[in-house]
Parts: sequence; C-alpha cells; structure tokens
Amino acid sequence: MVITEARQRRGRSLPASKSLTEERVSYLESLLSQARRAAAVFTQYTQEDVDRIVKPMVIAGLEQAQRLARLAVEETKLGVLEDKALKNMVATEFVYNYVKDKRTVGVIREFPERRLVEVAEPIGVIFSLTPITNPTSTVLFKCIMAIKTRNAVIFSPHPSAWACCFEAVKIMYETALKHGAPEGVFTCLESHDLEDNAYLMHHKDVGLIDATGGPGVVKAAYSSGKPALGVGPGNTPVYLEKTADLNMAVVDILTSKTFDNGTICASEQTVVVDDEIYDRVLRKFTELGAHVCNESETKILERTLIDPKTGCMQPMAVGQKAADIARMIGISVNPNTKLLIARIHGVGSKFPLSLEKLFPVLAVYRAKSTDEALQVCVDVNHAGGLGHTAVVFSRNDEIIRRFGEAMNAGRIIVNSPGSVGAFGGVYNDMVPTFSFGCGTGGGNSTTDNVNVYHYLNIKRVARRTQAHMWFRVPNQIYFNLNATENLRTLKSASTVIVTNLAMEQVGHVDVVRRNLPPQTLIHVQVIPDAEPEVKTIMQGVEVLNFHKADQIIALGGGSVIDAAKIMKLKYESPDADLQELAAPFMDIRKRVVEYPTEKVKRTRLVAISTTSGTGSEVTPFAVLSDKLAGCKVTLADYSLTPDVAIVDPQFVMSMPRVLTADTGIDCLTHALEAAVSIYASPYTDSNAMQAIRLTFKYLPIAHEHPHDEEARSMMHNAACIAAIAFSNAAVGVNHALAHAFGARFGVAHGRANALMLPHVIAYNAAVPSKFMPSPNQRGYVAHKKYATIADLLGLVGSTIPDKVARLITAVEGLLDQLAVPRSIAEMGISAEEFERAMPELSKIAFDDPSWRSNPRMPLASELIELFWCAYRGRGVAKSIINSKQQLV
Amino acid sequence: MTAAMSKIAEIHKIDANRVVESLRAARKKLDGVNVETVLEFSSVLRVDPRALCELEALAILADESNDRICLLHVNVQIYKVLKLAKLSARFDFRN
Repeated sequence: MVITEARQRRGRSLPASKSLTEERVSYLESLLSQARRAAAVFTQYTQEDVDRIVKPMVIAGLEQAQRLARLAVEETKLGVLEDKALKNMVATEFVYNYVKDKRTVGVIREFPERRLVEVAEPIGVIFSLTPITNPTSTVLFKCIMAIKTRNAVIFSPHPSAWACCFEAVKIMYETALKHGAPEGVFTCLESHDLEDNAYLMHHKDVGLIDATGGPGVVKAAYSSGKPALGVGPGNTPVYLEKTADLNMAVVDILTSKTFDNGTICASEQTVVVDDEIYDRVLRKFTELGAHVCNESETKILERTLIDPKTGCMQPMAVGQKAADIARMIGISVNPNTKLLIARIHGVGSKFPLSLEKLFPVLAVYRAKSTDEALQVCVDVNHAGGLGHTAVVFSRNDEIIRRFGEAMNAGRIIVNSPGSVGAFGGVYNDMVPTFSFGCGTGGGNSTTDNVNVYHYLNIKRVARRTQAHMWFRVPNQIYFNLNATENLRTLKSASTVIVTNLAMEQVGHVDVVRRNLPPQTLIHVQVIPDAEPEVKTIMQGVEVLNFHKADQIIALGGGSVIDAAKIMKLKYESPDADLQELAAPFMDIRKRVVEYPTEKVKRTRLVAISTTSGTGSEVTPFAVLSDKLAGCKVTLADYSLTPDVAIVDPQFVMSMPRVLTADTGIDCLTHALEAAVSIYASPYTDSNAMQAIRLTFKYLPIAHEHPHDEEARSMMHNAACIAAIAFSNAAVGVNHALAHAFGARFGVAHGRANALMLPHVIAYNAAVPSKFMPSPNQRGYVAHKKYATIADLLGLVGSTIPDKVARLITAVEGLLDQLAVPRSIAEMGISAEEFERAMPELSKIAFDDPSWRSNPRMPLASELIELFWCAYRGRGVAKSIINSKQQLV
Repeated sequence: MTAAMSKIAEIHKIDANRVVESLRAARKKLDGVNVETVLEFSSVLRVDPRALCELEALAILADESNDRICLLHVNVQIYKVLKLAKLSARFDFRN
C-alpha cells in the first residue's frame, strides 16, 4: 500500500508522495506516537524536574564536545575541528548560562501592576531539521531547549551529517532519560528521506517545525502550513568605517570569517572599506595571513566558486580551508593562507563574489564616502541576506546609528566578529542561539535569536482591570441667591463679560458689573443668542487680546458659556485647531488628540448660568457651529471646564414656564443617564441621585410658581449637580436620540429629551440584546440603578421591574405636570414625514458619541424602534416593560 | 434474542507506585467479561509513557469487548495527558 491510501484513511492533506510504503508510514507513525506520548507525559513535569534534567545534559554535551566535533568533521568533511568543538561548548555552556534561571514551566512572568501573568504551555512534538554546517552543536542546542520547555523532538539531520547528529541525539537522550525525562522524548529518523520529512512536516501531531538548514528545507517547512521556525540565508555586509579600531577590526573579521572555515551563515561576506583606510586595511589583512587576490585571481574565484546560473556557491568550497580552495582552483598562495580576499567593484549577480560564500573568501569594496559605503552595504544586505546579520566597525555613534537604521538584519553586530557575535553571549549580550531568525526579509516569522521562548506557547492570564477614574469639577462653585457677590473676591485687572443682548436688556450684566472689584477694567462682548460660530469666537478672541483680559465672565445660557470656553481656549492657545480637537473618541481618558497644555496667556473663566438645565458652568463640553464646514463641532476636554461657577438663582427667577420645563427635563435626563452610564461611579452617583431627587421635588413647583425662590434655587442647584455627574460619567442613548430628533425637526433639546426619556428607561431596564463592554461595572446594573432611584423617590414597589415601572410612571407624571408634548405625533409631525426622516435620524443617532456610555449597546434597529416609541408616546414605555423580558 | 445483561462495576484501585502493574492487572480482569470497570486514580499524581501505553492497551481491549472503563478521581494534569495522547474520549471520567 502506498501513502495515498494511508493518507485517505487518516483524512489528512499530504503532498503528493511517490513511494512511502505502508511499512514506512507505520515506522513514522510509531515515532510520532512515541513522541506524542512523551510530550503528553512531559506536561506533568515541574520547573525543578526539567532543570534537574537539563544540567546533566549540558555537562554530557561539554564532555563530548571534542568527540562530537571530530565525528562531525570526519563525516561532513567541512569546517575546523577546534571550531566545531568550540561551537559544541557554546551550544551547551553558553546556552545553559542563559536558560538556567529562566522559568519555562508554569508561571514564567508576572506583571502585578498590570494584573497579568504569563504561563508556559509546551508545544508538544517538534519536528527538527538540522544542518550540515553546524550539525552536532545545533542538535545539542535544540535538545537543551526542548527539555527546558517540556517538548519532544523528532530529529531529521542533514544526510551528510546524519551519523554525528544521531550520536549527539543519543548522548542527549540517554542523559535526559537517566535523569527522569519521559521515554521517547527525542527520536532521530533512521535515515534521511525527503518523503519522510514531507510526511512529518504535514502530520497533525507535529506542533512546530524547527528548520535549520538551507533555503530548500526552510521553504519546505514554511510551506507545510505548520507553525515553523526557519532560518533564512545570510549575506553579511561589513562596514569598516574610517574611525574604527583597525587592528581590532581586521583581527575580528579574520577570526570570524575563518571560524569553522566560514560555514556560519552570519559570517562576513563583503567588507566595505572607507577610501581613507582602504590600503592600510588590506595591508593589515595581508600581514595577518590573508591573500589579496589580483584581478586575474579574482576572475578565477568568480568563475569557479559561484555557479553563474544560480548565483549559489559551489558545494566543493563550502567549509574548506582558504589554501585548499586556492589549490583546487589553481591559485598559488602561501600554504598558511587564512583567507582569500577579492576586490569587487559592485554588488549583485554581475559581481558573483558579493553573494553568500560559506568558505574563507571575502569580498572587499572601496567606498569613496560614507553615503556610498552605506548604500553598498544595503545592496549586499539585499543581495540574499535580508533579515540576517550585518556588521559595523566604527567609533562614531552616528555612523553606527545610521548603519543600524539602514540594514534589514535581525542582528547588527558592532565592533565585533559577525559569526561568533551573532551566536550571542560571547561578544555581546544577545541571546545565545544556533538558529538566527531573519524576519520577513528572510522569509521567517521572527528576527530573534531563536531561544527557549520560541519553543513555548505563552499564555496570558489577564485579570480584570479597571480604568483609572476621576472626578473633576471647577475649582470653585458659588451657589444660592446673590452668589454673584463672590465676584468681588476675584481680582482682575481686565475682565471681558461675554453675554447676549437679552442679558444686557434685563439688567443681568449690570448685576455682574456691580459685583466686580472697582479697579477692574470691564468690557462687555455681546454675542448672538445661538450656538456660537467660528466668526463669533474669533471676534471674541480679538477683544480678549485687545483688552489683555485676565478674566472672562460668561453670563448666559449654554451657548454663551460654550462660546466663552472656546474663546478662552483660542486666547490661551492660538494655534489650537478646533476641527482637530473635535476628533471623535470613545473614552475621554484615552483619547488620541490632546488639548494644548502650553499656553501663551492665562486667564480665568467664570461661568454664570442663567438657565437651570445644561449645567455648562461646570461641564468640560462646548458646542460650536461651523457654518463653513456645515457642521457642529463638539469639543470635550476637562481644560474647557470653567475655573469658577456661580449658581445664582437671581438670574433664573424670570425664566418663562416653557423654558423652565424644557431645561428642567434636560437636567433630569442628565442625571438619569449619568446614573446608569458605564462610567458611573460612587462619586457621580451621589450627584446624579441628588439631582434627580431635587428635580422631582422642585421642578413642578418652579414650573407652577415661577417666583418660588426656594424651588428656583434648588432647580438651579439640581442642574449644576446633574452636570457635575454627567461631566464625569457622560450621558447615554437618550441624548443621541434627542440630538438627532431635535436637529432634524427644530425641537428644543430639553423637549426632545422629554419625548425619549420614558422609553429609554424601559429600554435600559430590559434584558439587553447587546451588552456594552464596561470594565468598571460588575454585571449589568442599569435596572438596579433605576430601582434605587425609585426607592429614593419613595415610589415603593416590591421588585426591581415593579420599581422600574413606577419610576417610568413618575417620569411620565412629571412630564404631564410640565405640560410637555408626550409624543412626536402630538407635535403635528405626520407618520409619513417621520418615516421619511427615519434613515437620516437613525444614522445621526448612531453616529452620535453619546450612546457609547449607555449601559446597553443600542443596535441600529433598536434606535429606530426607540424613535417610533417616542413617536407613539404615551403608554408605550409601560407596554415595553410588560412585553420585554425584564431583568430582576 | 438475548436478554440484556446486568452490569456489575468492578473497582480497581491504582497503586501510585505501581501504576503499570495495576493497570495490567485490571486489563487481565477485563478479558471477555462484560462489566463496567472502574479504575480509581485518587492516589496517582503522575503517569509515565509506559502507563500511557497500558491505558491505551486497556482502551483497545475495552473497545473490542464492549466493556466500559471509568477512570475515577483523575487529577487534571493526568486528564490533560490523556487528552493530549488522544485517549480521553475512550474512557468515562467520574470525580
């Protein structure tokens, strides 16, 4: 039976295979079962258990370093015995030094301040391919990493390094087993076969492929569809800059490029030398045993060592000594020659020696300037070495910085050898490795020096956190009748009163004027009684500049105070871009756009409200009408909050009844929405609840008896207190609906709020079809908040739904008392007209930021439903309560 | 037509120090007898690959003989091992 049948039987997708017999499949499956079992059992091991196994493995590796090196050189015929032994020692001792204290089991890292814990989870079975160039050292390295991370590994060594790798696996396995590792934790394919590799690479029981080897192996690993660690090819450029320590640089390059006869993929390939030092550098290389080839010798090197068709190095030269290579290709050199140097004049396929050469042949390039040198290094880097390694020798930090930015290399080695430097832990503090991640440039998933953390799934246990909350109010709030007298305590050389014509006509401006200290220069800036426009703001700023104002007093309703807030912003920070500052945000605490903190002038803003609704005297919001852009700009930042608020009921005693009702309902809506907002806190709750209590008690009186001083005073306080609540907790879907409806049909804001209010309470109290993410709330609490409000108002009720129903009845009763329209239909808007407006209404409401703090996330369809509830009005909210599933 | 046989639960306590042997003993008793076998794991803190092999053999035998095997008081680490070794579906678990 061939593999196609086996494949069908197992329901797996495997690449077309020519000849895997059933026997072979059975063999591979047995390896996998063994590894899977070992990996499963390994999950029970503690950190202490694995550390107890790792140490003796390292010692065994060190003890066998020389023997394994000898086996590797004998079998592969590549490299240098001494260097291979050194690599085996680095792979054990240096790697151990890095991993010994690392936690790789259970909790591996804790971040108490972030309430985060990282927990290690092994991968399971790793299929590992090892190279011919660093065979035994790579095996030792991977075995130590696997045990440290509780993984099982099936090794597939390069066919020309199979025996030495098998021996290395055997030494590691036997030692590990002796010290408690599970049976089957390491296995090695008994022979090398591409079909075996393909089978294992695609097997569902293999969790990760760790492919160290040539581009073919790495590509196969990444093409398997499995998570893979693969190492890309290198082509290391070296910039030998004129300020470098030349003695050190030349020795380092010689050490590195001849290390294991240049088989390390991080080793230097082309050295770009500044013109000023070029001749000296070549002399030093020559003095230390390099042979600088002449032009004809260079041509021979090009012709014989690099395949002209593929641009790949000829295998016969890989890992051979320089003198042997010279002899092979017919160049006469001293038998002790360490390195062949070829002078090149360009980079790329036309200059074959500028490509990767895993043997002791080094290209050098003479650069006329720093810019040219850096460009040539970039060319070398892009000629097959992307993501791998680059080297710079310089004493100039600026050059090192520029080099680091220009190279696309996972390792940028400074003033040290490329090959041994890239290993990490020897010449620098990088993580020791035998697997160099080359990032996406090299077709890899990481630029790291592959280490134990790449052999782990790291889980994050994230405990719930709460955003830091705050409660911000103006520095001073003066309230009660004649609180305006407190202006006398506010010293000012030049005050601009921003107000509207009506305020001046009824004598309110004179009241303010009388209460200012006598030495204050006063200018009155009268603005239109409408949402402020950019033109109005800029005129106001001119006046502030002209009078060098150190105090602004805003006297009026919400639009006047909003205008003054924006004037202050532009006066203090002339460069502030209002459109930019109006950029949308979800949470004011995390907003992208920051308001200016550097101010060219400082001024005090005193806000005196002449209505009892918006509470603009204490809020951080301001609305601007940008007629040029044809839109409204809402600014929100605590820096807009007035410095002083004066809540003096003398200015509202003459408010007309309709305005009293509309602004009073606005106040109630602010408080009710703040109470159930996802940003509500005990600080805002206390204000919201008190504002609701005051409104229910005093609004009907203020409406019925406009001259009742206590009622006016308390409603004025209620509006301010409600505004304090929503300034810190925000509003909700009621405002989103009211903004859209009010703007479309020209209905006063408070009245628009009134139309929506009972329905929104019923909506928020029902089981949400979609919850609003709210880390600061523990569970859904809107219905409970409404019940608490009902209790506060003495509405009795035995259950939460009952209390919510009674609250709705009370709100409806209040609206009736205030004689506000109870349905959109009552306002003379036909159902057809409303239907026509619905797409626009629902879109504007959906775009409105207000609902983002609503406890229930409104679906677009629900916004439409709410609009229609408001259209039908009376009695609908109660029917919602009766028909929808209620929260208890 | 055969009458339904009444099932008798046999409980085997697995010795933490001799897990493989205990499982082997349980397996021998399983041969050809249509009963529910309960393996009591409360003293077992870990299993090794050999124990895992025994459990696999036990599962195969139980499949063949239509017997049910219930593992009692298996700790979560061992449960995870059985899950990773793809054996968990072949046993019943009780706590």
